[in-house]
Amino acid sequence: MTGSEPKATLGLARELGLTADEYDQIIQRLGREPTYTELGLFAALWSEHCGYKHSRLLLARLPTGGPRVLQGPGENAGALDIGDGWAVVFKIESHNHPSYIEPFQGAATGVGGILRDVFTMGARPIALLDSLRFGDPAEPETRRLIEGVVAGISWYGNCFGCPTVGGEIAFAPEYARNPLVNVMCVGLVRADRILRARADGVGNPVFYVGNKTGRDGLHGATMASAAFDEHAQERRPTVQVGDPFTEKLLLEACLEAMATGAIVGAQDMGAAGLACCAAEMPARAGTGMELDLARVPQREREMSPYEILLSESQERMLLVVARGREEEVRRIFAKWELDAVEVGRVTDDGLLTVRRDGEVVARVPVRALTEAPRYRKPMAPPADLAERRRFDPLALPPPEDCGEALVALLAAPTIASKAWAYSQYDQQVGLNTLVLPGSDAAVLRVKGTRRALAVATDGNGRLVFLDPRRGAAMAVCEAARNVACAGGRPIGVTDCLNFGSPERPEILWQLAEAVEGIAEACRALELPVVGGNVSLYNETSGEAILPTPIVGVVGLLEDASRLATQWFKGEGHRVALLGPEAVSLGGSEYLWTFHRRLAGALAPLDLALERRVQAAVQAAIEAGLALSAHDCAEGGLAVAVAEACMTGPEPVGATITLPPGEARADLALFGEGPSRVVVSVSPGRALAFEALMAESAVPWRWLGVTGGERLVIRCGGATLVDVAVDRLHQAWRTGFERHLA
Amino acid sequence: MRFGVVVFPGTWSDCDFHYVISEILRQPVRYIWHRDRDLRDLDCVILPGGFSYGDYLRAGAVAGRSPVVEALPEFVARGGYVLGSCNGFQILCEAGLLPGALMRNQCLRYRCQAVHLRVENVDTPFTRGLRLGQVLTMPISHGEGRYYCDAATLARLKRNRQIVFRYATADGQVTRAANPNGSLENIAGVVSEDGNVLGLMPHPERAAEAQLGSTDGLLLFHSLLGTLVEDGTFLKR
Repeated sequence: MTGSEPKATLGLARELGLTADEYDQIIQRLGREPTYTELGLFAALWSEHCGYKHSRLLLARLPTGGPRVLQGPGENAGALDIGDGWAVVFKIESHNHPSYIEPFQGAATGVGGILRDVFTMGARPIALLDSLRFGDPAEPETRRLIEGVVAGISWYGNCFGCPTVGGEIAFAPEYARNPLVNVMCVGLVRADRILRARADGVGNPVFYVGNKTGRDGLHGATMASAAFDEHAQERRPTVQVGDPFTEKLLLEACLEAMATGAIVGAQDMGAAGLACCAAEMPARAGTGMELDLARVPQREREMSPYEILLSESQERMLLVVARGREEEVRRIFAKWELDAVEVGRVTDDGLLTVRRDGEVVARVPVRALTEAPRYRKPMAPPADLAERRRFDPLALPPPEDCGEALVALLAAPTIASKAWAYSQYDQQVGLNTLVLPGSDAAVLRVKGTRRALAVATDGNGRLVFLDPRRGAAMAVCEAARNVACAGGRPIGVTDCLNFGSPERPEILWQLAEAVEGIAEACRALELPVVGGNVSLYNETSGEAILPTPIVGVVGLLEDASRLATQWFKGEGHRVALLGPEAVSLGGSEYLWTFHRRLAGALAPLDLALERRVQAAVQAAIEAGLALSAHDCAEGGLAVAVAEACMTGPEPVGATITLPPGEARADLALFGEGPSRVVVSVSPGRALAFEALMAESAVPWRWLGVTGGERLVIRCGGATLVDVAVDRLHQAWRTGFERHLA
Repeated sequence: MRFGVVVFPGTWSDCDFHYVISEILRQPVRYIWHRDRDLRDLDCVILPGGFSYGDYLRAGAVAGRSPVVEALPEFVARGGYVLGSCNGFQILCEAGLLPGALMRNQCLRYRCQAVHLRVENVDTPFTRGLRLGQVLTMPISHGEGRYYCDAATLARLKRNRQIVFRYATADGQVTRAANPNGSLENIAGVVSEDGNVLGLMPHPERAAEAQLGSTDGLLLFHSLLGTLVEDGTFLKR
């Protein structure tokens, strides 16, 4: 084997992020010492990012099956049958670490990566959603990160030509030195044309297509699998540089080539680059692969085998082509002015054999690479959690003026309008977007059918911090509820689990509990989890982020014209609240905004009731009875009603009456709890609505009526809120932007 | 009327124009690959939005020198119509088929939003079905849409009535606040001297169905189609 490379040693293995134990296992699996290049392969594929060492056993808890599932986890992306011969392909992925180091390119290449995951399946991407978390927006560093991340997403998505239709942006100090950039992509493909990341067919040629390989992004996977310290910025060279134009060409060339039937399998070269594809594709198919590195298109000189294999240069893909059809594929890629080079072939020996200039530089069983060790490490709840949960927010004084409190909450950066961000994203290319960003869920039609898809992401780190199991279940429920509020029936989930270092017992406990919560909620709502991503080691200098599972839900509307948006549609409409009364100020936006506290207990979650509420809302929309539907989330009922008043094209006031009760005003107005939806109904349909609600067996009540220019909320004779809608709108519209001026 | 929609590497509104022309307007349409020069079978060529050649160098600069664009002067001389939207407008300016240039938005950010356009000239093939001062609603989606030309060119544009659309308020006031990108005199669209070539930054193809927010974009096509239906033959004005 090669003599010019350093010898593999335990010291080197440690430098690459492997443990002594793992190094021993490598020797055991190979029956000899690895070469330098082989050690690099193991370090990358056994990184947490690629190998899921700490999470795989936990992820097995998630339900992944169902009648619509065409592809579950373990592929480039998941796929669900949506009827009429169509499948929706979707996945969410993180690019947190690179985005902290270099926000523009980090976020841009995050978009690029998830787009490729979807179009390697043969699907044309139709929508992107971004779930972003940052520190205090008043900090200059946070502003730099937001500006960079939003500009990076805008640049890549717009140039590529996929609309960005949704997502969320939230703020908490725990994300200051570890922002989250999670991107979800949704695509469409004919159900019988889904392509998989498999190296089938011994003797089939393996093609490298797309950009040339450079030294950018080396060690990306290992970087994403370690915590940061004060030297994080020195890792800038590990961040890749994106080229959305090349990606667009790659999309068109791949879809054109896939349509000919000449492509057998495809995988995006993402984390751990060529190495990952060359190991995973044969491992899935039970085959092996030979590669000749001398043939790999390179844009730098004298790259070592290690560098070629582990480069994370963007916009590249590995294709397995049906033997005899090479010319067809070459011709299509030449038309799009892209490299398409035969770099190897599929073998039957179960080995990844890598040569350069005839010399073997690595020969490893593919399964030894893809079957990373799995760990079940000690876990325990954080020591102070019980104490935090015991805190009673009602021990704090209520606000002097609830109307002013509402104005302030609407201007809180997490709640305020994010138009500043999404107006920088193309939202409509493709002519599918029926509901633009700014409602509970985006809605995209499926051309050629009567159907539409509703998509939303959600995840509240504060709630998960206080109660990982319930908080994570609530994230699933809220994303699904958002989809129901648009008129969709939720059909599937993708999740991105953003946590700190799993080597700490309290973090691993958060992760395990959160996965259990997602599993419970998905089982109750009958939602399969068909793909996702785990992002661990989100911490800098020992301070972890809030545990943040981001849940993306896709829903189906049988009739695209039966959709709803969150805002009131006119005067004189009756307003109703569906769902339970129980709310809590524990972990609420109110408690943080006014008291800077992260404490308290969460409201109860009844999954069976949640399911009935979602079904009732969706049925009311489908029947044309609910003219608007809006989920009660951060800021509680008062914020939900205010948003329904002011976020439409023609703002309208409302007069709301809360039932007299013992609940304190701040709890009744701003308390947060699951399964609650504000709907509006035209007065002529009120009886039909009441009948539907009686059938649906969900608690509900009339809240009031729309009209006028003010939002008035009364309770038992007292007026709690009486503010001009204009003023609410002004606070909400400018609350986020004024931090970015 | 036969339409052609040009596809450059990096174009992305091609499918949307194709869809609107074939599915909504029910007119014959085909794609034109950027290397093709043969436009003989076409009556109207569309240069769609996107990032042709990545918009590297300058928006539209490389596409403005492509084979298909080199074939446009002859096509126009024969009386063919050309409509460039968004990146297509940038390409037409880069190719010298329309006067002026499109610079980086004044806000220095990409803007995607609905805008109002006041119709300034109804004596063009693209606007003859409209009323002077009529306000249309269409989306924009661009980072480099700030129209600019020198004073002499501006005077000529005015003299020849080449300014077709201006950014305006919903009630047709041409104000600074209604200008989304800092364009000179709120200019959103201009035509060539003979009126056969229209460039505009907004996306008429995204305003072709009520369920997507507006149908005002269809008015441009109806004007164009009306021309031909009235005259019965290709290219008489």
